Amino acid sequence: MRYLPHSDAERAEMLGVIGATSVEALFSAVPTRALKTFDLGLPAHSPEFLVEAHMRALSAKNHSGGDGPFFVGAGAYRHHVPASVDHLIQRSEWLTAYTPYQPEISQGTLQMLFEFQTQVAKLTGMDVANASLYDGSTGTAEAVLMARRLTRRNKIVLSGGLHPHYRDVVKAYLKDDADLECLSASPEGQGDILDHIDEQTAAIVIQTPDFYGHLRNLKTAADAAHAKGALLIVVITEIVSLGLLEAPGAYGADIVVAEGQSIGNALNFGGPYLGLMATRKEFIRQMPGRVCGETVDADGQRGFVLTLSTREQHIRREKATSNICTNSGLCALAFSIHMALLGEAGFTRLARLNHERASALADALGKVAGVELLNKTFFNEMTIRVGKPAAGVIEALAQRGILGGVPVSRLEPDDPDVTNLIVLAATELTTDADIAALCAALSEELQ
Amino acid sequence: MSMNNQGRPSGIGNVGSGFASTSGSALLPNEPLLFEIGDTEHSGVDLPDVTISGSRLGGFERKMPLDLAGLTEPEAMRHYVRLSRLNHSIDSGMYPLGSCTMKHNPRLNEKMARLPGFADIHPLQPVSTVQGALELMNQLSHWLMTLTNTAAVALTPKAGAHGELLGMMAIKAAQDAAGQSHRNIVLVPESAHGTNPATAAFLGYTVKPIPARDDGTVDVQAVKDALSPDVAAIMLTNPNTCGLFEPQVIEIAEAVHQAGAFFYCDGANFNAIMGVVRPGDLGIDAMHINLHKTFSTPHGGGGPGAGPVVLSAALAPFAPVPFVRKTADGLELVEHAEGEALGRITAFQGQMGMYVRALTYMLSHGGDGLAQAAEDAVLNANYIKARLQHAFSVPFGDYPTMHEALFDDSFLAGTGVTTLDFAKALIDEGFHPMTMYFPLVVHGAMLIEPTESESKQTLDRFCDVMEELAIDAKAGNKDRFTAAPLKAPRRRLDETRAARSPILKWERPDALPKAAE
Repeated sequence: MRYLPHSDAERAEMLGVIGATSVEALFSAVPTRALKTFDLGLPAHSPEFLVEAHMRALSAKNHSGGDGPFFVGAGAYRHHVPASVDHLIQRSEWLTAYTPYQPEISQGTLQMLFEFQTQVAKLTGMDVANASLYDGSTGTAEAVLMARRLTRRNKIVLSGGLHPHYRDVVKAYLKDDADLECLSASPEGQGDILDHIDEQTAAIVIQTPDFYGHLRNLKTAADAAHAKGALLIVVITEIVSLGLLEAPGAYGADIVVAEGQSIGNALNFGGPYLGLMATRKEFIRQMPGRVCGETVDADGQRGFVLTLSTREQHIRREKATSNICTNSGLCALAFSIHMALLGEAGFTRLARLNHERASALADALGKVAGVELLNKTFFNEMTIRVGKPAAGVIEALAQRGILGGVPVSRLEPDDPDVTNLIVLAATELTTDADIAALCAALSEELQ
Repeated sequence: MSMNNQGRPSGIGNVGSGFASTSGSALLPNEPLLFEIGDTEHSGVDLPDVTISGSRLGGFERKMPLDLAGLTEPEAMRHYVRLSRLNHSIDSGMYPLGSCTMKHNPRLNEKMARLPGFADIHPLQPVSTVQGALELMNQLSHWLMTLTNTAAVALTPKAGAHGELLGMMAIKAAQDAAGQSHRNIVLVPESAHGTNPATAAFLGYTVKPIPARDDGTVDVQAVKDALSPDVAAIMLTNPNTCGLFEPQVIEIAEAVHQAGAFFYCDGANFNAIMGVVRPGDLGIDAMHINLHKTFSTPHGGGGPGAGPVVLSAALAPFAPVPFVRKTADGLELVEHAEGEALGRITAFQGQMGMYVRALTYMLSHGGDGLAQAAEDAVLNANYIKARLQHAFSVPFGDYPTMHEALFDDSFLAGTGVTTLDFAKALIDEGFHPMTMYFPLVVHGAMLIEPTESESKQTLDRFCDVMEELAIDAKAGNKDRFTAAPLKAPRRRLDETRAARSPILKWERPDALPKAAE
């Protein structure tokens, strides 16, 4: 077997040193009724080319993003990733290193994390960021718990514009919790969340651009929350929007959680993705996840270490701020490299290009008979209402080779008000020809 | 100390310690921060500059400066290649971190994960367009259930701790459904990973520790004594964190079930037994499997991981969405909770990129190769234990070890050398240190997990170095240890200073308050 270095002669020699008669003897603590009493019925080991053929056959059964016009967003976005990003993250020293628990021989990972934290803090306009979480949805649940610890209050209000899957994750994390208020989905972009803030409220959670693509007013939300001693948690699923839109920190956000997939990371059918979390300086000791900090070594040289670990499970065990151990290190690296390649100039251009492409999409959709565009504001994503159930329309488009967006009913099957809604996204990869193909197909399907 | 033109220590020369630093040398360069070499004008990405009207931005245009440094592609390549050289990695040397299973990461896995049919598909595109992806998830599930002899698997957890959370949520849901909501205690052996008590506490359980026996295993009688009508579950790692197979695991499972509680097994150490022992045969109800340990998906400097959880028939109805189900027309993705199910613990389908790598690894090994890998991992750990047991001190010698060799620090008594010092000296010899001070039940623990990937030659070289270090420590050459590492890119870092006044991001020098020195 190509990955196992020992020859049988070496195995025998090693058993001799151990003083064991056989490998089975090394498993003597296993109850005999559980040790190799079965036939797994799994296939035997296989050469590389056969494994590759098997995987290629599975891959070929999927319609991938490059196969035709693509407008699917709703929390994951198809952007171009420069070739150098994927090349760099496959370097052995990045790919096959562990969590940097031995800082003297992990300065590459640690300095990268310090740079990553700086990038996230700058993007969000917050004081500090952590070294990443699993993804935006679990990050949102962690932010809610963090707000409860910070305020010692329990009530959480989720905006109706929060991604329905994010809402569901928060609900699962806070199972049976009477203090969780989930406002009903509000596809028109009008939320009444500010009326739900009271003296028991720990935090309100607002996504912008929201699930339907509308831009939300964070300034009024922050002011209203702070007036009652509550925190504002801002959720962002499309991080590219921050190249064009004001940083949540400038509006007074207390915790910002974002999905970082758009920068550096492929769609991957939902994972691995990259949870970003940033907050105020005074809140860092309640922030979950790993944090990298600057220090000096015994020679006085600048160096970096994981720090504030007294919050974490391996030190605090049942008193930890979170049970998180693994994060999204390699996805954070991809994000950081891509962001370094963009820089402020490139990131701003990317955001403008996304908005320009979305504007072209919105203008074209507005001219399709039977399509109603719901958004007055958007960044690169919008919602339309069509004259029949959206799920069937999207399926029909798929049969024509066009991935035309997400029917909201797929995420909200119990809400009859959203049956005819479709959420569509455009990115820098969306061409005029893609838009024309979509509009032509839509207008035929809606006749 | 000499300073470079950015006012930072250049790192060349001695600073009073009498030891020369090797950093700043030609092949291990000091690398400035991205923000010290890039600026806001440079970019490594060519994009058209388009004009937009602000009418659809609602007046929310950015005014706060981004201040993000950019690099052109050649500058970026150099920055990240130079940084990478400051890392130890599996590919560059043995990485015997106990409990972490740092095995070889096959490159075929990477190649397959990048096929467009896996990497370039969206989690919310029509299910009819991703049948191959669902088939892959189904095949992975089949392997995981077969290797564990369990009834169901929830693929979506993003890491081991996330899997623990899901498994314990499922247990809680099952007990709520059975009118057993009063059960509020979770038994956790003292040797457990920190994530176990953190997970139980997260769900509102009271954690009751179970002491280890003198031989490093869990006493079935201690478990029986701790069981009561209020106990919801036991969280037991098997093989345990001392590297030992729990010999009474079946009796423990029976006692737990008899008391109406569930058996959550921490599967972090599954590498020792895959294909050799099926945890379902031992009576487990839920167990997470770290695909980034056992099934070789790369650790990537701290993630991403993947922690699918296998479930017994009793817990299967409580699995979270989404999951794949066979229908007459093909495969469907069940995305909304039915009945008692948990709902959703992450936005989408979990770590598809890791599923591809893990299945590729499984197909490459086959059932026979996985069992051989487990046996070789156990053989390697026992070989290290046999070679080092005279120079080191073995806390639990009664049983053969599984895939890890555990030593305590009693062999260092009177030398003035600590486990930490010893580990740092190992860095100077080209090895990544073992896991230190864990498990907590052993004083000054050194937990060594070689994995099946190490050749006999590498193991011999490692053991030679370990023996030589032990002899040197006992001979009184304390300085070699307390000063170590001397040959790494950095010497020991001041962690107290980092925690006391945290500097967690780069600030422009002109934005910083003037330093006192």
